[in-house]
Amino acid sequence: MAKSIGTVDILVDSCKGCELCIPVCPPKVLVMSKAVNAIGFRYPELRDGCTGCELCAEICPDYCFEVFRGRAAEAGEVSA
Amino acid sequence: MANELQKVFTRSPLLGTDTHSLCPGCGEPTAIRVLMENVEEMEERENAICVLGIGCYTAFASLMEVDCQQAMHGRAPAQATGVKRVLPDRLVFTLQGDGDMVTEGIQEIIHAAARGEKITAICLNNATFGETGGHMTATSVVGQKSKSTLDGRDPDVHGHPIRLPEMLRDLDGVAYVARGTVHTPVGAKKTKKLLRAALETQRRGLGFSLVEILTMCPTGWFVPTADGPRFQEENILPVFGVGELKRPAEL
Repeated sequence: MAKSIGTVDILVDSCKGCELCIPVCPPKVLVMSKAVNAIGFRYPELRDGCTGCELCAEICPDYCFEVFRGRAAEAGEVSA
Repeated sequence: MANELQKVFTRSPLLGTDTHSLCPGCGEPTAIRVLMENVEEMEERENAICVLGIGCYTAFASLMEVDCQQAMHGRAPAQATGVKRVLPDRLVFTLQGDGDMVTEGIQEIIHAAARGEKITAICLNNATFGETGGHMTATSVVGQKSKSTLDGRDPDVHGHPIRLPEMLRDLDGVAYVARGTVHTPVGAKKTKKLLRAALETQRRGLGFSLVEILTMCPTGWFVPTADGPRFQEENILPVFGVGELKRPAEL
């Protein structure tokens, strides 16, 4: 089966820095920023390896995540 | 097609676009999100009427893109009864907290349930009066520290927590009772299904339906936001079991 790949758009300025998304991420690709957003909270940043599983979006109280998902190209397949 | 990413999750249009004023780590926005996603998926946006109690979630009325009414403290089931009897084709649900439904207005919910009103009551149970800054409610668990129980809730002095869904389960007018939790993503997904079943119960006219949703309140529990799920698992979930308590055979 093709591997699931994904990414998230993080609406940084809605974030209140609760950190609930950090431990629920299965591939552990969310880390809290050192910088703060417009309302003074640290926010999650995405590292490589997102699978688009939506768990961060399910737990986020501030609706900061938009999730995109697809499948990786298999061996021999040419991506468009 | 490989490598083409599809948008699979976005904010429901029924939740507006503004930011809300609830605290970091609050569980209520998650509960309201799954509720609104159900209303959207059931295509009841123009047909839904939400009757709000008084609590933090009341501020959400400005975000929820459905018709809303504001009830007096604890009286949302009585007001929803009136709305449903006048407009029986509408999808009528209350949105109340534990302080509103269980502490302040328990007689309203019991009588609405016993009458078998064809409404859906939704209780956001965070085991504390979040809006006042963390005072004890009737659902605070034994030992829980609050601003009115500084040494923890003592059953000899403050009584025991009330499990409202278990109380209402045996009433004949009640068709559907369940309890969900939103402290994990899986819990939120399951809670969405419970709410869907409750709203379907109402839509088919089977009787009264109630869903209690355990929400986190790190502010009112006096724990860091990231510790909210752990606190809920260790203190709240052993007292309040999650799952369906009553389900009509027709559903």
